[in-house]
Amino acid sequence: MDLRLSPEHQAFRAHVASLLEGHSHLSPTAADRGLKHPKRLAWQSFLLQEGLAARTVPAAYGGRGEAPDILKSRIISEEFARTGLAPPLAGQGISMLVPTLLELGTEEQRQAYIGPTLRGEMVWCQGYSEPGSGSDLASLTTRAVVDGDDYVINGQKIWTSTAMQADMIFCLVRTEPDAPAHQGISYLLFSMKTPGIEIRPLVDMTGTANFNEVFFTDVRVPRRQIVGKPGEGWKVANATLTHERGMLGDPSASRARLMRVAEIMQRETVDGRSLMEDPVFRDRLIALQARVFAMQANGLRVMSAQLKGESPGMAGLIIKLEGCELNHEIARLAIDAMGELGILYDDSPHLRDDGDWQQKYMYDLGLIIGGGTAQIQKNIISERGLGMPREPKSAKA
Amino acid sequence: MDFSLSEDQLSFQASVRGLLERSCSLDVVRAVAAGDRGAAERVVRDLDALGVRGVMAPDAAGGLGLGLLDAVIIQEMIGRQCAPGDFSGAAIVIAGLSSFGGTSAARAWMTKVVSGEVRPGVALAERIGVRDGTGLRLEGGRLLGRSLFVADGDTATHVFIALPSGSLAIVDATAPGVSRVPLRTIDATRVFSEILFDGVPAEVLTGESLAGAAVNRMTAVARLLVAADALGAMQVMLERAVAYSLERKQFGRVIGSFQAVKHMCAEMAARLEPLRALIWHAAHAFDEGSEEADLLILLAKSHAAEVGVFIARTATEVHGGMGFTDLVGLHYWFKRIGVSRQLFGAPEAVRREAARLQGWVSS
Repeated sequence: MDLRLSPEHQAFRAHVASLLEGHSHLSPTAADRGLKHPKRLAWQSFLLQEGLAARTVPAAYGGRGEAPDILKSRIISEEFARTGLAPPLAGQGISMLVPTLLELGTEEQRQAYIGPTLRGEMVWCQGYSEPGSGSDLASLTTRAVVDGDDYVINGQKIWTSTAMQADMIFCLVRTEPDAPAHQGISYLLFSMKTPGIEIRPLVDMTGTANFNEVFFTDVRVPRRQIVGKPGEGWKVANATLTHERGMLGDPSASRARLMRVAEIMQRETVDGRSLMEDPVFRDRLIALQARVFAMQANGLRVMSAQLKGESPGMAGLIIKLEGCELNHEIARLAIDAMGELGILYDDSPHLRDDGDWQQKYMYDLGLIIGGGTAQIQKNIISERGLGMPREPKSAKA
Repeated sequence: MDFSLSEDQLSFQASVRGLLERSCSLDVVRAVAAGDRGAAERVVRDLDALGVRGVMAPDAAGGLGLGLLDAVIIQEMIGRQCAPGDFSGAAIVIAGLSSFGGTSAARAWMTKVVSGEVRPGVALAERIGVRDGTGLRLEGGRLLGRSLFVADGDTATHVFIALPSGSLAIVDATAPGVSRVPLRTIDATRVFSEILFDGVPAEVLTGESLAGAAVNRMTAVARLLVAADALGAMQVMLERAVAYSLERKQFGRVIGSFQAVKHMCAEMAARLEPLRALIWHAAHAFDEGSEEADLLILLAKSHAAEVGVFIARTATEVHGGMGFTDLVGLHYWFKRIGVSRQLFGAPEAVRREAARLQGWVSS
């Protein structure tokens, strides 16, 4: 065990730090609203040029073409966290579609989409879940029927984030209705401006429309817009789902969140006495701190395995379940520590931290459910990690 | 950057595991728990043949010159087999003695502990919290008072005592004026004693500030090793729960195919894996002399206590009625975990120390 960085990586950290600190004036702030705000696009273009975004994407498609180095990626994200500057764009197009096209797209598709996506000029949304197909995604029923050179799509998607802002969608549709569920799906790319698409914002419990419903009525998409072959969509989508799972649960963010709760407990008083002096709340804080440190150590173990090209095994399988639950509980402690003040919301007088903690507490419940529910995670852990039997498949509905 | 066990560590751990699987079967555990001291000593002799007693001692003292991480992975295997013996007591004492550097008195004691000539009893409980009016004081070089939960009090030739002043005192356990009262805990695989000292000559290791550091190091090592012991016990309880669920059939299916049972096992695994990483991280920080080590050890100890009760209970439940019986012997591990939770500071006490360490308690 050796947690020190090599001289090469120490030098890399110094390089990233000086780059970011030297250009901090270019970083967009919360005031620069909109995914395509000129300041955001200019910052992204600077990050791409310096290899702080899309490092490993081949230069021919607009990246830097560097060899994958998990440690360097981690150093970059730590330096963004430390400096508080705007991190590289990380929408679903960049995190999920680009890796998929690099793996399974045609040369024409890569040329057309990767560059503009990396530059932030082309925003994507993901059309996977449907009202009747959540955990059982492979049962999806949005139909795409061949008509001449086009597919004609009818159906509905749900939980589509950034659908309103998106230029394009990567979408799962059923093309072979008679094939077994997993073999009848195809993966299509098309414009969100295509006639026949209707978007309805889906207001969630936080009071915000973080997601949308998307309706397709006779939407015509050229057949060449498929990634992989007809019926291979499930395989293509699973390549991207792997990328999504890696995104969830960042232990250093949990640590920062916990330290914010510690600050609240030092700052807030009841009857003039600091909450940190209350042994009950203090005990809860330290118990959560232990879990946060454990998840951080677990993260180091996972990264170490990846660096050696080994599978992280159980340490990797548990991250989504434990990480999301832990964040949710940290938010709950913040609310409990604030007592009655913890229930204030919106723009109420006496509001603390812009109502952030109630917002987090509710949104995190969404994260516990989304991207594979906690119960699905437990199935995965017990089946892949502990070798327990899979759920018996019911006869095809 | 490498957060993993080395090939050497993995193979050392595997040989300790292999040895204990042969040497300390469930039948041996039962014999030890029934009070068969010979059975316990045979396990100790087998372990000593591997040289583990001196794992953390320098070569010059006859040790292996390794670190707390190495002691942790050995202790995990000891917990895994519910094995008896004073491995952790020796490691705790060696860690304390090493704070005195090469001073001749400390080095002489260390050499004897490594060789097994001196078998240590460890009296730390009063440093953590005084119960039932126990306590020790030194008057004119003689020790008075009594100490509870002295680990390995039965086999000890000498007792190593954390004094309230932070000094480390050593007393001959066979000297007149020392009386040992065996305590009976739920975990009969380990022996704890109450020891009474009635004006017994004590050797106090010199160097007051160093002695304070020695007692702190002993406490830290004791806490992390007891957490590692519990980790090994938790791992085996999870493995046995999964194995049992794949044998036991009800309603025409193995119960391990029911989601209710699968999810219990998944929850155990999800809490166990990060704990393992935290314990490794804490041990490594200690070995590196990192300033984060004290906090990491407090967090690891208290977290092991919480994960421990969850897994001990859940794994027993997966076994259904069988888990409640003596037939499968699962209760030895349940009890081992239960004792480890309270030893060297129950989780609430340890978390209070962690708060104090971070300046989160004003008084």
